[in-house]
Amino acid sequence: MKTKNQTSFSSKYWLLALALVCIILMGLSGFAGTGKGPLSWIAGYTVVPMQKGINTVGMWMNDLKDNFATLQEIKEENRELRDKLDEMTIENNQLKQNSATLERLQELYKMDQNTADYPKTGANVIASKNSNWFTSFTIDKGSLDGIKVDMNVLSGAGLVGIVTEVGPNYSIVSSIIDDKNVSAMILTTFDKCIVSGDLTMIDDGVLGFKQLENNENDVSIGEQVVTSNISDKYLQGLLIGYVSEINVDSNNLTRSGYIIPATNFRELQEVLVITVTKEDLIKKEE
Amino acid sequence: MQKIKRIFICAVIILACFLLETTIFQKLALASVIPNTLIIVTSSFGFMRGKKEGLVIGFACGLLKDIMYGNLIGFYALIYMMIGYANGFFESVFYDEDIKLPLALISASELIYSLVIYICLFMLKSDFNFGYYFGHIIMPELVYTILITIVLYQIILHTNGMLEEEEKRSASKFV
Repeated sequence: MKTKNQTSFSSKYWLLALALVCIILMGLSGFAGTGKGPLSWIAGYTVVPMQKGINTVGMWMNDLKDNFATLQEIKEENRELRDKLDEMTIENNQLKQNSATLERLQELYKMDQNTADYPKTGANVIASKNSNWFTSFTIDKGSLDGIKVDMNVLSGAGLVGIVTEVGPNYSIVSSIIDDKNVSAMILTTFDKCIVSGDLTMIDDGVLGFKQLENNENDVSIGEQVVTSNISDKYLQGLLIGYVSEINVDSNNLTRSGYIIPATNFRELQEVLVITVTKEDLIKKEE
Repeated sequence: MQKIKRIFICAVIILACFLLETTIFQKLALASVIPNTLIIVTSSFGFMRGKKEGLVIGFACGLLKDIMYGNLIGFYALIYMMIGYANGFFESVFYDEDIKLPLALISASELIYSLVIYICLFMLKSDFNFGYYFGHIIMPELVYTILITIVLYQIILHTNGMLEEEEKRSASKFV
């Protein structure tokens, strides 16, 4: 009987001690920002290499699977790709026209930065957050490769997210569907709005936008939405997506609606990190 | 020696589950939901080995999650730790052959974990869309976790059985 009492006392004691440790850690990390210091260093050299390993094996297996694809499938795919190429050619022509318009508008607005000129570096997605509530993922480049917090991350098609945490050889990217507000603008009219995603919307494959001024500028479906020039974290002119629905709010002053994102967030394999931050650019201008 | 071996094996199990969750299960997501294997580990060690071990295992699981993907270090550690401790209360009614109690306990743990996450990270941000989250995240995650439990729990149970056997043997040697 005596021993039983002792063990129950000691487990209570443990509970209190560890709970206290947790609370102190939460307080410390809350005040110190994301500075995990040595912990992220340890993780960078233990967990991340293993994730990289599994990812490499996964990619190798994908390759292997592709090797066994039959001629039929490849023919099918070839046909599809050709169709896509045609589509792309048409789209490219359209884009060329668009870029002519853009140039003209840029001249009007005296913007000398071209979005395609940002220096970029490629990275592989090696793991994702083990939670169904939030969407962030690990990439295989870190501070040793020159990645810094607040750098913007793109997929081939458009904006994916922003680097929130950097370890020596990995960094964590938090995506724009993850409860983030992004200051954006409609490409043709330069009207500002706020793009935000949440769990309910991303299941339908859309992001929401709000607080778009209800002025005489007509916004049509399919129009491009890019990051705005007034955002202090996101570089200007990165494609977010295309307008899919637009409604005038009940206050009659603003408009809101939905955007189909340019990026497929569920199937990210390779991403591009822009290696300048907005802060760098602002400092340079000063 | 046996203690070191136990610690080592527990660490391997936790790490393996974490790696599975972050890499392989991302590809095997059903209804874009991944199972919560760390809660299975925490909960099963809780009712198999008692409060103290559930507590420590939960703390380790949560801390790993915090370090890799958390915003506040200690948040998940606290939740997992409490769940491990609470499962420890059921050690006295747990028998190896019975699968109903472990399943019930793990499901309950998973449900409580999801509810705590919703309350702390969503409801306090005045996001009251509980019905949607319940249908689209909490329930699918629960079902998928139970499916994985059926396999993973057997592995944990056998590993634990083996370790206990060895511990008993080496203890009787000294007596």
